Amino acid sequence: MTTLRAGWIITLRGLSHWARQPAVPIFGLLFSVMLLLVFGLLLGGAMEVPGDGDYLDYLLPGMLTLAMMFGVEATATAMTNDVKRGVTDRFRSMPISAAAVSLGRAGADMVNAVSELGTLVVVGLLIGWRIDASVGSAVLAVALLLALRFAMIWIGIFLGIAFRGGGTTSAVQVLVWPIGFLSAAVVPVETMPDWLGAISAWNPVSATATAVRELLGNPSGLSGGLLDDHAVLLAIGWPAVITAVFLPLSARAYRRLRH
Amino acid sequence: MNVSPVTPSLIAEGLCKRYGDVVALDGFDLAVPPGTVHGLLGPNGAGKSTAVKILTTLLDFDSGTARVAGHDVRGQARLVRRRIGLVGQEAAVDEILSGRQNLVMFGRLYGLGTADARSRADDLLASFDLAEAADRAVSTYSGGMRRRLDIAVGLVLTPSVLFLDEPTTGLDPRARNEVWQTVRQVAERGTTVLLTTQYLDEADQLASRITVLNQGRAVADDSPEALKRQIGGDRVTVTLPLRVPLGPTADALAAAVGVPGAVDPANHAVTFEAGAGVVVLAEVVRALDAAGVVPEDLVLRRPTLDEVFLTLTGPRQRAAAAPTTKEDAVR
Repeated sequence: MTTLRAGWIITLRGLSHWARQPAVPIFGLLFSVMLLLVFGLLLGGAMEVPGDGDYLDYLLPGMLTLAMMFGVEATATAMTNDVKRGVTDRFRSMPISAAAVSLGRAGADMVNAVSELGTLVVVGLLIGWRIDASVGSAVLAVALLLALRFAMIWIGIFLGIAFRGGGTTSAVQVLVWPIGFLSAAVVPVETMPDWLGAISAWNPVSATATAVRELLGNPSGLSGGLLDDHAVLLAIGWPAVITAVFLPLSARAYRRLRH
Repeated sequence: MNVSPVTPSLIAEGLCKRYGDVVALDGFDLAVPPGTVHGLLGPNGAGKSTAVKILTTLLDFDSGTARVAGHDVRGQARLVRRRIGLVGQEAAVDEILSGRQNLVMFGRLYGLGTADARSRADDLLASFDLAEAADRAVSTYSGGMRRRLDIAVGLVLTPSVLFLDEPTTGLDPRARNEVWQTVRQVAERGTTVLLTTQYLDEADQLASRITVLNQGRAVADDSPEALKRQIGGDRVTVTLPLRVPLGPTADALAAAVGVPGAVDPANHAVTFEAGAGVVVLAEVVRALDAAGVVPEDLVLRRPTLDEVFLTLTGPRQRAAAAPTTKEDAVR
């Protein structure tokens, strides 16, 4: 049994879950859509983008980025459930590699991420989001968003194993909400107090959101600075660094189930 | 080292495992010949699950050796995993998927092609009486059905050794009987089974040999019959009405029955060991009758696990706790 084949079988398992319990992914999608509508239509009227951009055009790339980041909760919860219910032990007692189990999780989560991006893009366009981009830039923007989701998978697996005793959801939410909103995702950095803006500019979420804005011809609300000048590079670098740190950590956590 | 003509399916020698300060296994030995059902009996915390986790490659250990189906569990974990099935304490099946989907998925992960995995799933669903529920989500199954599916998953590849870790804990009597039936079926097909349990009765029903585990060590290893002889067979407990004096009545009964009784003042009761239970019971009834005492309660029962452990671990623990003869002198 090759790792890839075993990983694919475990990915199919994740997809069958959604087919059998469509409510779970549908409510996940509804949550993202609701967040988009709250910010886009309800709060959006009070928001101003420096440099005279339209707030909805500013918001959409931020929402897509947040959706990718919030995906960490789904990954961590699924992992904790498998460990708690003994499914992970079952996998570990079988002649398949540890990498196959993680790959399977990653495969299913990436499929979910694609469907989430698709839904948000359609809803965004329906409420008036405008894109001005070549096909190449649009493809790159999607790739950067998925790169962030991919990096979050390894944080999710790590946290899912670390909090297998309970409290995964609360732990992840405590991490994700402040980090998600302390960024350029929904509020332009330049409207924040200086010190807060400086922190937010270094947030990986800001990097991806800003890169997607620039690639899709949406306002970034920035006038110069590291984030403005090198957004695409940062949006490649951050997920690479997160993956480089958390992929080995998650593999180690999985191996340490043996102790 | 092994002088018997058959190579055991399972061998553990001097296994030690500690979690921090807690010693889970403390020189655990085990040898199980192929094609037999072996019971691992012990209370919570005796080290049963730790032993199973080590033998199924899920847990590393500090010292000792272990071989399963001819392979070293540490150096040849992957080979061991090809030959074993594990049914852990949690019913480790996917709750959202159907029974059939579970069997097909695990079958494919064991390396079966899709068509083979499907037909194997059909066979297992039929022989474990799950065909009707095959396409329902496992979350709708009863405890017994879930356990049976769990065991079926452990048998997808017809393993050489099947590990069952407390397979009937939390099941009602009917479901427990179903599981027992399943274990017997599995054993009849020649699979070696290692079964852990807290119930003497369960080990007695299923196993041809029982290892009693206490505080990480094997304190006894024998056939169920020999173990029962060793622990003195059944017990007769007489509970007396409070107005009847316990001490004198217990003495009178003991004299009549010819066996010393264990007096339990808290419950106002006296218990006799009854090798051939019914005979002793009859004598107790006659003696009560002769004394004109109507008991509050009178039961003939199997020894409890507590009594088994007291019997099997008693002398050893006394020796360890009281190296001087002070305690003996008091007696």
